[in-house]
Amino acid sequence: MRIITVSGPPSSGKTGVLIKTIGHLAQSGQTSGIVKFDCVSTIDEALYRTAGIKAKIGLSGQICPDHFFVSNLHRCFQWGLEQGFDFLFAETAGLCNRCAPHIRGILAVCVLDNLSGMNTPWKIGPMLRLADLVVITKSDLVSQAEKEVFLFRTRQVNGRATVLHVNGLTGQGSAELASFFLEADETDRMDTSKLRSSMPAAVCSYCLGQTEISSRFQMGNVKRMNFEEQG
Amino acid sequence: MNSDVVTRPVKTVCEDYPDLYDFFHSTGLPRPADNVSMLEYAALLEEEILEDRGFIRSDLVRYFLDYVAGLQKAFASDEAAIGSLQITAGRDKSGVRENAGLVLKPGDIVAVVGPTGSGKSRLLADIEWMAQADTQTGRRVLIDERPVDPKRRHSSGRKLVAQLSQNMNFIADMSVGEFITMHAGARGIKDAGELGHQVIATANTIAGEPIEAGTKVTSLSGGQSRAFMIADTAIIGQSPVILIDEIENAGIDRRAALDLLVKKRKIILIATHDPVLALMADRRVVLRNGGIRDVITTSPAEKENLEALQRIDGAITAIRNDIRDAKRIEAPFGEWLPGQR
Repeated sequence: MRIITVSGPPSSGKTGVLIKTIGHLAQSGQTSGIVKFDCVSTIDEALYRTAGIKAKIGLSGQICPDHFFVSNLHRCFQWGLEQGFDFLFAETAGLCNRCAPHIRGILAVCVLDNLSGMNTPWKIGPMLRLADLVVITKSDLVSQAEKEVFLFRTRQVNGRATVLHVNGLTGQGSAELASFFLEADETDRMDTSKLRSSMPAAVCSYCLGQTEISSRFQMGNVKRMNFEEQG
Repeated sequence: MNSDVVTRPVKTVCEDYPDLYDFFHSTGLPRPADNVSMLEYAALLEEEILEDRGFIRSDLVRYFLDYVAGLQKAFASDEAAIGSLQITAGRDKSGVRENAGLVLKPGDIVAVVGPTGSGKSRLLADIEWMAQADTQTGRRVLIDERPVDPKRRHSSGRKLVAQLSQNMNFIADMSVGEFITMHAGARGIKDAGELGHQVIATANTIAGEPIEAGTKVTSLSGGQSRAFMIADTAIIGQSPVILIDEIENAGIDRRAALDLLVKKRKIILIATHDPVLALMADRRVVLRNGGIRDVITTSPAEKENLEALQRIDGAITAIRNDIRDAKRIEAPFGEWLPGQR
């Protein structure tokens, strides 16, 4: 089975791109399943069901969604094996724009959208920087110049990745994306896999349910902003 | 690439690559002191800063080298100039071989026509992807009569193909002048002053109402936006192939726009349902059932009819303007169509 992680900011087009691309994989006889990670709620299960794709939804609720993702990935992998999929997609919104759920040795995809503005590639950390494949969506809606600057800045942040423009609505570019998925390495086991970068440290009083804002109630890993005048 | 970019002081390396400071900007890392090399910087940076930005110390230097290599690749000049673009015949949706392929040279204008769903977008997508018999049509795209290495198709920072479509909008909150500077910056051009004047002057030969450098790009009218996009793509953009998805007639001189792209030696493909635009092209590719059915060269008689069509087009534009100006449309039609009595 090939497992592929697909990350990207909310509403960047991950689900649309995946549905179109899985359609092309199906045409070449490949079965796919999806595990979708979200925070509060998602309607994607219905979207996937309509498209005839087997999906499991993981809602992280009060747990850091990216930590939740990592904690459950191994079980997802087992589910994919049980189901006999050729491809298992782990789809997650990089919810704090800092985390990368990308795993060494497993094809890592980051989906960004042109409409989010040309500074977006600079605002996203390891999720973009450590991806193998960057998919840029909604390219038909912005000017060619903005599309070029967005691409340039994406490459500034990640010069190694292959960058594809895919339209999640019309499917333009999705056949090409499928051809990259078909070249991905198979994963035999996940219990020895490692993350490509560390997750942000947490565990402060708010991680444990504190609602008081006063500094008297703040304990653990607390970081203060610097308001000193610089230079 | 020289490995001395990591041993020399970062400041002197940045003199060679002015955009290099974006490395620190885009990663959120602090700028190094003037006399510090990247190797020293990576060794001495505080662990907390690295963790904050999601870096592993041992990866930092490799990442910096990638970044420099990326800049070199993005700004490598003339890489995109091509002599010819050939699309070999593939097959239609039923697997039947196409009647014709297509050879395009700089300055060519080709219209792509056919009913919705006939395969216009697929043809344009095959060109953009530089298909090598690996899409559903089985077409091959040859550049300068040679196939393209499939592995290298997406490694270049430069795209072969630029697109202009009716759906495209400006979303950046900046003025026309700032916008040009930003776009030129992504091409490695530091001083966009002269180029900026050129883009605006050129856009104004296409647009009905003049554009000014201080106007926000999002406040441009429909015609001005289209004109500015075309001028910017022609002058700052470096893609040798331009795919156009319709150009509306409103507020823009389409002949002037196409002449500009021809003068810039672009290869121009226009997907259109508009007879005026189709006849402005030198040839038109007719698609059916996903395949090329015919390639028709525009004949002298068609060029003559184009003039008549443009008069009709002009008449409709005049009527549209009259309606907008609260006038009545009661005059006999002959008055709108001079020479057509």
